Amino acid sequence: MKYKGAKIFIESLKAENVEHIFGYPGGSVLEIYDELYDSDIKHYLVRHEQAAAHAADGYARSSGKVGVCLATSGPGATNLVTGIATAYMDSIPMVAFTGQVGTPFIGKDAFQEADMTGITLPITKHNYLVKDVEDLARTIKEAFYIARSGRPGPVLVDIPKDVTLLQADYNPEPEPNIQSYKPTYKGNPKQIKDAIALIQSSKKPVILAGGGVIASGASTELLEFAEMIQSPVAVTLMGLGSFPDTHTLSLKMPGMHGTAYANYSIYESDLILAIGMRFDDRITGKLSEFGKHAKIIHIDIDPAEIGKCVPVNVPIVGDIKSVLHDLISKIKEEALDLTENKKDWLSHVSGLKISYPLAYEYSADVIKPQFVVQEINKLIDDTAIITTEVGENQMWAAQYIDYTKPRTFASSGGLGTMGYGFPAAIGAQVANPGKLVIDIAGDGSIQMNIQELSTAAYYNLPVKIIILNNQHLGMVRQWQQLFYKERYSFTNLEGMQPDFVKLADAYGILGLYCDKPSEVRKTLEKAFSHNGPVIVDFRTARGENVFPMVPAGGVLNKMILEESKKGTYL
Amino acid sequence: MRHVLSILVENRPGVLARVAGLFSRRGYNIDSLAVGPTTDTSISRMTIVVKGDDIILEQITKQLNKLIDVIKIIDLTAAQDFVERELVLIKVSSSSQSRSEILEIADIFRAKVVDVAAKSITLETTGSEGKIEALIDLFKKFGIIEIVRTGKIALNRGMK
Repeated sequence: MKYKGAKIFIESLKAENVEHIFGYPGGSVLEIYDELYDSDIKHYLVRHEQAAAHAADGYARSSGKVGVCLATSGPGATNLVTGIATAYMDSIPMVAFTGQVGTPFIGKDAFQEADMTGITLPITKHNYLVKDVEDLARTIKEAFYIARSGRPGPVLVDIPKDVTLLQADYNPEPEPNIQSYKPTYKGNPKQIKDAIALIQSSKKPVILAGGGVIASGASTELLEFAEMIQSPVAVTLMGLGSFPDTHTLSLKMPGMHGTAYANYSIYESDLILAIGMRFDDRITGKLSEFGKHAKIIHIDIDPAEIGKCVPVNVPIVGDIKSVLHDLISKIKEEALDLTENKKDWLSHVSGLKISYPLAYEYSADVIKPQFVVQEINKLIDDTAIITTEVGENQMWAAQYIDYTKPRTFASSGGLGTMGYGFPAAIGAQVANPGKLVIDIAGDGSIQMNIQELSTAAYYNLPVKIIILNNQHLGMVRQWQQLFYKERYSFTNLEGMQPDFVKLADAYGILGLYCDKPSEVRKTLEKAFSHNGPVIVDFRTARGENVFPMVPAGGVLNKMILEESKKGTYL
Repeated sequence: MRHVLSILVENRPGVLARVAGLFSRRGYNIDSLAVGPTTDTSISRMTIVVKGDDIILEQITKQLNKLIDVIKIIDLTAAQDFVERELVLIKVSSSSQSRSEILEIADIFRAKVVDVAAKSITLETTGSEGKIEALIDLFKKFGIIEIVRTGKIALNRGMK
């Protein structure tokens, strides 16, 4: 059957079971939009292309499916860049389609021309410029395959306008077989044996689980494995939800703003089992001091992650689910009891949890941001999806909500993209129509993609935007307070903000305001029960900091623990 | 330590940019890079000379392997048993007095004269790095006007 390129595009997306895409039309993608007009694929019109990329990302994180976004050439395409980089840093499967000027115009500085394969080279897993309509179907097939397989990541497909117009034979493409791309899924049996030997001899193990556990769908295996070897489990920001925060073995999040007990446990441990995580500097602090007393087992699907930051004793390259499954079967098969020599350690760790809980000082006069997050935690069940912006709001959302299920948390971990949370919440809501989706935001970040209120309103996506409004760029303010002699350079937003309630009203959605701790619960209940998008402007304590804090490049056991000990290192 | 990497890649537009870009953004330095087709026209071979310790080399190799267009990477230096060559064109300043001495040196080094002009001689030579460096050294006193080097190319010896 001969189709024109734009129709091949649609058919190829359908072949990948794409139901929803996020995009914004323009000159180079007119043919594609003409085909979308009466297609079964539901297209969500955003108000800025960056939001299309973040929405596709939030869609992917919350559903496990490949997120898809679409933009026109030039500025439309470059507006996707931040969203693509965000997905790249966090290994999120996404295919970004961009229109391109017609092939005869490429390289001529044509109107709305930008070299997208060049621009996105370092921030995509792979990218394509499709110069021949005959290659279009195969390219799209490969793009989806590469995005979702191995270590997932974003793939960009740049399609010149004439390619969407020209005709070619279309037949559904077979599963790609790319000779130079063969991810390793099965762990090496010898390494698995070595890992078990290390676990057996370890008296003080800690599991460090990351986003790889979620990408691999290995939460059940992780739980079984952790219980089997009786190891405490810390989860990175990207790993939140991969292991239940409410479990007795849980250490919650470690690192710069992690729990003190997680950081102390890691520091004191004699074995670190790193599972689908990449030793980010926000987790390790000073590398030369990280895990100084520990041997390290590193399980990851990406061989390049092994040994990238820390030397590893036992590397296992493979899919987390498959490797954990093999570890569990091997332990069962040999009827090993790996728990006996770990009892002292577990009671020590329990002691740390009691001695160093997450803490803040409650106030009856002014709303503490942590209190709002705690109240959210009390009101939601384990199906609710939390997205965050970046900064203090993100850290409090990580600290004070108990995540128990995978794919219930979406946050820009690696890139730290302000303005991520709201469009990501839109994407998550599209993927999960019946679920409660909450964007925990700051008053700074929310304004970076505030235009999407229009999208949420138009599609009646009942996303709840909870602004922890301290009228500051809080995290930067915190660093200025602690490390820049309280010189608050351009972080005070007092008097610079819109009235968020009026803004909500202008977009035709519900806006709520709350500045009394006693009314936080009631306000949240009202927001959550409202059938539609809501903005809640919580006026919170202006100088509240995120603690514990390991200063950048510091050692994990030397944290600034809380406000009252401000500036003192333990 | 210096490593000679022989990299087989898909012969596609942009593949050189992907490889070169990876080196710059991860902070690795390329000493030299040569690229050309293999017997299979869909595959090109890149010969890249890099400096770095074992840890850096391991990272470079792994990161290169992640590029979808990279098919295979061979660290020839690790294999040890390999031949390497580089082609150089050297334009040496010459006068009627110096011409015979230049030609004599060229002859000893089996360099070929490819162009003679009133005030210069252009020579072509191939060989190992040591030979080429020695030749360049000897020509310095006459004045080297221009020089161009292809960068190293290398292959495993024998049946590999």
